[in-house]
Amino acid sequence: MPIKTYRQAINEAMAQEMRRDSTVIVIGEDVAGGAGCDGDRDAYGGVMGVTKGLFPEFGESRVIDTPITESAIMGAAAGAAQTGLRPIAELMFMDFLGVCFDQIYNQAAKFRYMFGGKAQCPMVVRTMAGAGLRGGAQHSQNLTQMVTMVPGLKVVCPTNAYDAKGLLISAIRDNDCVIFVEDKFLYETSCEVPDEMYTIPFGEANFLREGTDVTIVGISNTVNKAVAVADRLAAEGISCDVIDPRTTSPLDEEAIIESVETTGRLVIVDEMTPRCGIAADISSIVAEKAFGALRAPIRKVTAAHSPIPFAPALEDAWMPQESDIEAAVRYVLGYKR
Amino acid sequence: MSLDKEQFLQAYRTMRTIRDFEYRVSDEFGKGNIPGFLHLYAGQEAIATGMCMNLDDDDYIVSTHRGHGHCIAKGGDVGDMMKEIMAKQGGSCAGKGGSMHIAAVEKGMLGANAIVGGGPPLIVGAALSAKTLGTDRVGVSFTGDGGSNQGTTFEAMNLAVVLKLPAIFLFENNGYGEGTAAGYAVGSKDIASRAAAFGMPALKVDGADIFAVYETCKKAVKHCRSGKGPIAIEASITRFRGHFEGDAQAYRGKDEVKRLMKEMDCLVIASANAIKKKLATKAQLSKIDQEVAAYIDESARAALAAPGPDVSELLTDVYSSPY
Repeated sequence: MPIKTYRQAINEAMAQEMRRDSTVIVIGEDVAGGAGCDGDRDAYGGVMGVTKGLFPEFGESRVIDTPITESAIMGAAAGAAQTGLRPIAELMFMDFLGVCFDQIYNQAAKFRYMFGGKAQCPMVVRTMAGAGLRGGAQHSQNLTQMVTMVPGLKVVCPTNAYDAKGLLISAIRDNDCVIFVEDKFLYETSCEVPDEMYTIPFGEANFLREGTDVTIVGISNTVNKAVAVADRLAAEGISCDVIDPRTTSPLDEEAIIESVETTGRLVIVDEMTPRCGIAADISSIVAEKAFGALRAPIRKVTAAHSPIPFAPALEDAWMPQESDIEAAVRYVLGYKR
Repeated sequence: MSLDKEQFLQAYRTMRTIRDFEYRVSDEFGKGNIPGFLHLYAGQEAIATGMCMNLDDDDYIVSTHRGHGHCIAKGGDVGDMMKEIMAKQGGSCAGKGGSMHIAAVEKGMLGANAIVGGGPPLIVGAALSAKTLGTDRVGVSFTGDGGSNQGTTFEAMNLAVVLKLPAIFLFENNGYGEGTAAGYAVGSKDIASRAAAFGMPALKVDGADIFAVYETCKKAVKHCRSGKGPIAIEASITRFRGHFEGDAQAYRGKDEVKRLMKEMDCLVIASANAIKKKLATKAQLSKIDQEVAAYIDESARAALAAPGPDVSELLTDVYSSPY
């Protein structure tokens, strides 16, 4: 099977869906790049090159470069989705949610419900999240928790190239507004990805490692860190279940609860600030639904409650690291009542 | 081409329907038969009517929190609207929208929007669909003077110009954004010149004159359908009621509302002009008045008698598929 990067897998999902369905469009800032300039069109293909090649194939009516105007991009995508298109709107950095959130959570997310089931909003917001690139406080955040809490939205956090392709095809075909959170640390990672089209259903977790001592749940790239920790600890005879929920909305609660019922110990890792985050949410679900199975307190491994600092040493301290995950696993294993 | 006889009678009937609808819901609100908030369109009827008469069912509009008039003018079912506003079964939005989210999606009325300035970006999307899919549809965003100050509106106007989309930005300047004067809150000379600065033609019209509104909107729709990109209209008008029902309007001058209701009543102006132009007779108009009154009364009675929504519907239509 061919090996492809996360970037290639996402690009391929869009290209194949655009070939299959002429109502699928891509809209955003520099999704091609070079509009109105003297140099090349498709000069960027997205700031990370993820949409590269779509413009030459599909043209400017379906690969639409916009001004820097996030509210209008999201609103236009929502209005277009209500009237016959299936837009893939790019929100370059998830940090920019602040300047367009109304169009997502008050508009796109609510059309179907607010208008009594007579409207729909089949759009995808592709956005990039994740710290570690020294991007500072406004180009590094993962705000998955802010969209996960909104009824009407679905939220997808692919953690490898194979999942990215299948989940994005599902997102494009979905009739609701889907927020597709790409971890910018993963664009260069690769794995086997089939050439043909396939879908991965939402709300079905992926068990990356199976074990009996501790359950580790990770979101976005933190799940890959959890796998590395689990593999190291396996050499010591510590056996971890590592769960990638793949989507935070809907969330595969059953998979997590089933695992905790076996292991009795839970560590949740996310790269978000700790209050009201995904780790906090999963923690409350397990405390409510699997309290009796717990043999140790739930441990959350999250970022710090501060803006994301610029200096590498500070940013590294802000982010959850493998050593933090390992310490949490050892804590729950060693816990005595 | 101005309104002919038949068109005028249609326009008059629509304006009268909106007026009677608004006054009836005001009464029912006063009696406690309507939960929530109400923002009435009374006084502004000629604008929605004059624009929507130039549109087909498959053209799109988005509206504001003051949206009943736009919904009626675009062909929304009055009985279903009455039920929706009274939170009854059979309402246009199944009891999940209410007055501020009244919609007639099947008629291209994509929804009233309770976020001031929420609609203009959405109509850019509807216009983008029209252009991308190669239809000759147009999209109209009804926005107030208040919404004209929102950044979303600026972004929407700019993007519509950049992408050359068939979008009409219709600003209804009723003089007040909630309890603050447009003269204070709109920093530019007027709204039309601000819209023009984004790079589109902008027209101004007396919003109380159905003939003028109809003709101005006709030009705007023709401009859009012929692929020339977006266009703006500023219609000046007043509102007969407060920002919301129950608003004491202490910010308005002494006798201001009374005076404006006398000077700027689109129905009175339309009747006088039509009779003068021999487009209608007094008898024809009073027959319409009676028919509309009976229709509104029947709609209100049906809504009052209808049962409330089934609580089992709480979680339906959050998503398109089981969640």
